[in-house]
Amino acid sequence: MRNWRERLIEGLLFCMAAVSVLTTLGIVYILVKESIVFFSQVRIIDFLTDTRWTPLFDDAHYGIGVLVSGTVVSSAVALAVAIPVGTVIAIYLSEFSTAKVREMAKPVLEVLGGIPTVVFGYFALLVVTPLLQKFIPSLPGFSLLSAGLVMGIMIVPYVSSLSEDAMRAVPMSLREGAYAMGSTRLQVALKVVVPAATSGLAASYILGISRAVGETMIVAVAAGMQPNMTFNPMEPAATITSFIVQVALGDLPHGSIGYLTIFAAGLTLMLITLSLNIVGLWLRKKYREHY
Amino acid sequence: MEKQDKTAAIRAIIQRGKRWDFLFASIGLLCLAFGLLTVLILVGRMGVEGIERLSLDFFINFPSRRAANAGILSAWVGSLLVMLVTALAAVPLGVGAGVYLEEYAKRNWMTDIIEINITNLAAVPSIVYGLLALGIFVYQFGLGGSILSAGLTLALLILPIVIVATREAIRAIPGAMREGSMALGATKWQTVRYHILPYSMPGILTGVIIGLARAIGETAPIITIGALTFIAFLPPVPFVEGAGLFDWVMSPFTVMPIQMFNWTSRPEEAFQANAGAAGFVLVVMTLGMNALAIWLRYRLRKNIKW
Repeated sequence: MRNWRERLIEGLLFCMAAVSVLTTLGIVYILVKESIVFFSQVRIIDFLTDTRWTPLFDDAHYGIGVLVSGTVVSSAVALAVAIPVGTVIAIYLSEFSTAKVREMAKPVLEVLGGIPTVVFGYFALLVVTPLLQKFIPSLPGFSLLSAGLVMGIMIVPYVSSLSEDAMRAVPMSLREGAYAMGSTRLQVALKVVVPAATSGLAASYILGISRAVGETMIVAVAAGMQPNMTFNPMEPAATITSFIVQVALGDLPHGSIGYLTIFAAGLTLMLITLSLNIVGLWLRKKYREHY
Repeated sequence: MEKQDKTAAIRAIIQRGKRWDFLFASIGLLCLAFGLLTVLILVGRMGVEGIERLSLDFFINFPSRRAANAGILSAWVGSLLVMLVTALAAVPLGVGAGVYLEEYAKRNWMTDIIEINITNLAAVPSIVYGLLALGIFVYQFGLGGSILSAGLTLALLILPIVIVATREAIRAIPGAMREGSMALGATKWQTVRYHILPYSMPGILTGVIIGLARAIGETAPIITIGALTFIAFLPPVPFVEGAGLFDWVMSPFTVMPIQMFNWTSRPEEAFQANAGAAGFVLVVMTLGMNALAIWLRYRLRKNIKW
């Protein structure tokens, strides 16, 4: 009796743990299933090579490259902010600051990472864009530039927190060796700690990139939603994610081609983040240092 | 003479090294200030712009076509109800999964798959969860764009956070606790039920709060499942006007971040003040929950001595 109950409980707990696997299977299933229907109506070659994205017009074109270009540009702008700033903050907190500053700064950074992204979108549209327009008068009201900049500020805490963890994990003896040879703090940081923490730094950058690629609300609010094949951050453009939001805001019947496009777009997004994760895993394996 | 030259040269090198150190430390502090202050200033500005709209009326009015009359009643009630469903689904599932992985799971390929999977899920963009919910919950299960769909979607989204927090809390319990309990004849489940769970409760609670704080600000997945942006009614109250106990879970709804998104995207400035006010309330809610979690973690860590 007692044994029987124990078994039952173990089985139940296993089912709970299995929910996470079911979630993944569910994501793959629904994206692939709807995309198969989509690709039975649109040729894959058109999807990959067409330079127009007008799925909801009469003259429908399905060139995903248009949305990918918006995603690439906004992410590039974001990373140009987040990676340098995040890395410098991490080096500062790990190698230069006093314990007191570190103990204060870490939780505050953590909390800032928790601000809802729609709030960052509001900043991008109503604060940062008008500010940028003072310096660049030709900047339109919606642009990839201001969305990307704010996205960069949002990603800084993720990059700095993970990078700092990686650098703190470098054994003290390496630093002591370098100090004993007469190195300065900066030399120890840049020539000993950073190289030793390369795999962790790479992992934090990859996480930053996948955050930027998957970020939705900032670009939906501040980058405008018109599809635009461009590599100029000064222009408005749609990204993969903001297109999905735009379609979902309207009323699309289940099974219509418009409904199917968001799953094809979602599959593209998923493949991009998945390959980023694989690259991250590979980098971590390749550059891992054993102590 | 030569010796003095060398000393001077070495001093110069040391000086130069120190100058570079100082320069970098300044840059580091500047970056830190940039990261922290920009966000604080932005939140502060939003508060200032929204403050004129923050009155009691703002909390008890429905959204309206006239900005001055519009309020966030349906939005905060919707957020609260969605969070309730999310917590009811995510807490048992997350804690159960965490307990299984720490206390029961054998080291085999199945456990490895579950663990790798949880790490990967944490990196999936939130809008993809929205697509999952749109395909499965809304259409295959026929739940529609309801509070239930939204709550379950967000529960799946924060499940990795709850699981990881549970596992960390359980891992911090020394093995002697388990051995003591087992030595007195308790079964594995009794050990979990009367020892492991109570001792790890503070850590689990912290994780749950952080997860809910994340969920309350999520916009994209909720838009994807088809939440409406203009709702001028509340979900049915149980037992009032013939409504059943659970009728509210199937009701259409809106949430705080969607209301804010809607107001932000309007061109009229009056609505943007509303957006500022709604955003300020939202930020206070999430920061408050996060601060509570951090304080809880700090306090409870101080009190525990094994």
